[in-house]
Amino acid sequence: MAEIHLNLQPSAAIKARRAPNFLSRHFNSIISHGILLTYSALALAPMLLILLNSFKDRKDLFRVPYQPPIWFSFQNGFSLTNISSLKGYQQVFARAEVLTYAGNSLLITSGALFLILMAGAMLSYALSEYSFRGNRFLGLYMALGIMIPIRLGTVSLIRLTSTLGIYNSPVALILIYAASGLPIAVFIMSEFMRSVPHDLKDAARVDGASEYRILFMLVLPLIRPALATVLVFNMIPIWNDLWFPLTVTPDVLTVTSGLSSFAGQYKTDWTALLAALTLAMIPVLAFYMIFSRQFIQGLTRGALK
Amino acid sequence: MMSKTRPQWHHLLVFLGPAVLIYSLFMALPLLDSLRLSLFQQQTDGSLIFVGLGQFKTLLTDSQYSVRFWGALLHNIEFFAVFMLVQNPVALLLATLLASGRLRGAAIYRTILFAPTTLSIVIIGWIWTLMLNPLWGIINDIFKSIGLGGLIPKEGWLGSPNLSLIVVALVGVWQYVGLPMILFLAALLSIDEDLTEAARVDGASPWSAFWRIKFPLILPTVGIVTILTFVGNFSTFENIFVMQGTQAGPDYRTDLLATFFYRTMFGNLGQVPNLGMGATIATSMFLIILTGVLLYLFVLQRRLIRN
Repeated sequence: MAEIHLNLQPSAAIKARRAPNFLSRHFNSIISHGILLTYSALALAPMLLILLNSFKDRKDLFRVPYQPPIWFSFQNGFSLTNISSLKGYQQVFARAEVLTYAGNSLLITSGALFLILMAGAMLSYALSEYSFRGNRFLGLYMALGIMIPIRLGTVSLIRLTSTLGIYNSPVALILIYAASGLPIAVFIMSEFMRSVPHDLKDAARVDGASEYRILFMLVLPLIRPALATVLVFNMIPIWNDLWFPLTVTPDVLTVTSGLSSFAGQYKTDWTALLAALTLAMIPVLAFYMIFSRQFIQGLTRGALK
Repeated sequence: MMSKTRPQWHHLLVFLGPAVLIYSLFMALPLLDSLRLSLFQQQTDGSLIFVGLGQFKTLLTDSQYSVRFWGALLHNIEFFAVFMLVQNPVALLLATLLASGRLRGAAIYRTILFAPTTLSIVIIGWIWTLMLNPLWGIINDIFKSIGLGGLIPKEGWLGSPNLSLIVVALVGVWQYVGLPMILFLAALLSIDEDLTEAARVDGASPWSAFWRIKFPLILPTVGIVTILTFVGNFSTFENIFVMQGTQAGPDYRTDLLATFFYRTMFGNLGQVPNLGMGATIATSMFLIILTGVLLYLFVLQRRLIRN
């Protein structure tokens, strides 16, 4: 469709009347940046404060909480004051099995995510591709799980995991998180799968491809954004969860429950506590910063669905 | 509408099996079983006998439980109010600023503003507990520096009977504002720019262009944010656990339904763990949340039919 371009630029005189100077022209922008900068500072300051003070010893963090551990001093000419200390970190590593906690969290989170993606993809494929009695009912059955918090069933989950012999085992957490992550995963994945042309799959079938091949080699690569979204939606809540480690695996400590237990025990030891908090923060924040674009994109796509 | 394939029985079994099994065994059944257990009362020897709705009556009227139950319910409502009045408007404001196409560095702001949401509440809760602690005095310093030192409660922020719940709620708001912000941002960005352009050409101010055009278009998102806030709030536990402990002090002023549930399940201060009553509390929470969700879906249906 051809477009007609008219010169709609107002004359210089009109422009000058509308926006006489820098301030009024950029007023909206200045206010926007002002608000955003203020809130950004509000968002970052607490974490920065903890990070900086974790490298000081007890008397310094109380004495000069706002001074970075290594900072400039102008007393005898320009020099650096260094009040940094690693005592807090030494305490943390001495008292807590940091690597065990990290290992547990990694094991549980990746185990759950694997199950969510695998089982979820298979179910989504069946729901979107196959016609069978109960297809609609099954979809509704799964969708109900999106809104209802799984922790309401904790009493029964404790009894169940005891009966199955997986109480106090990472397996219990993996299965529980998988169960709670499947509804949203199936919802998102089946939506995306429905948009894969049916003829594509039929063509593959004619070529002799098995259903499994079609799912894993054809459909899944086509819905990669959906997979990223599912990962993003589930990874953070699973890693950060305190409730189920607390109630179902009190002896298997994750980064989150380990930190909680450590903090409860050593809350008067400020340096150790600050170091522990920083150790828990940094991996997640680093991971988030690296993948922030994918995170936001994944969330946005999920939200629009 | 594309046709679907009729599957072979063994494919159906393999594809449906794992997910349905895990979900049913570890989510659906436990929830239903918890509903069932609420009808049973735990005896001193640990066994359970059927008492019908007896435990619900106890929960709502017996002073040993009802005081805590109604208190927790009230606190949950206050908690929800703080989130609806502070978190969601702030999120909307931030999203609106970020959605303006001409803002430089929007992506950086977005990343920073969402960062607290990625951290565990254990971390966030402890950071704020330390900052609110009068010994360290970080928050107190800020209040004094802007002349509001008189507002600092003498029992400390977390020890104040009147302010402790609001303080804990605000920490939660601080942490989670990123989530509704992203949802609002996605919705605002999907609005066709031509609509607002047309309005501005017609002489509408940015304020009225927003409220008359953009806001009605993002009402579905406002609905989703509301129901997500509701469901999340009414099962909130960690915020209180980290900042006030399971006793939800001071004097149960920060007790929520989930902390009440936890205490009852695991026992506290000489009280034996009571699974039957715990299930009753959980079922009550389930009914409350279900009511909210059904209301939301009902309102959604009416709006869809109207459109």
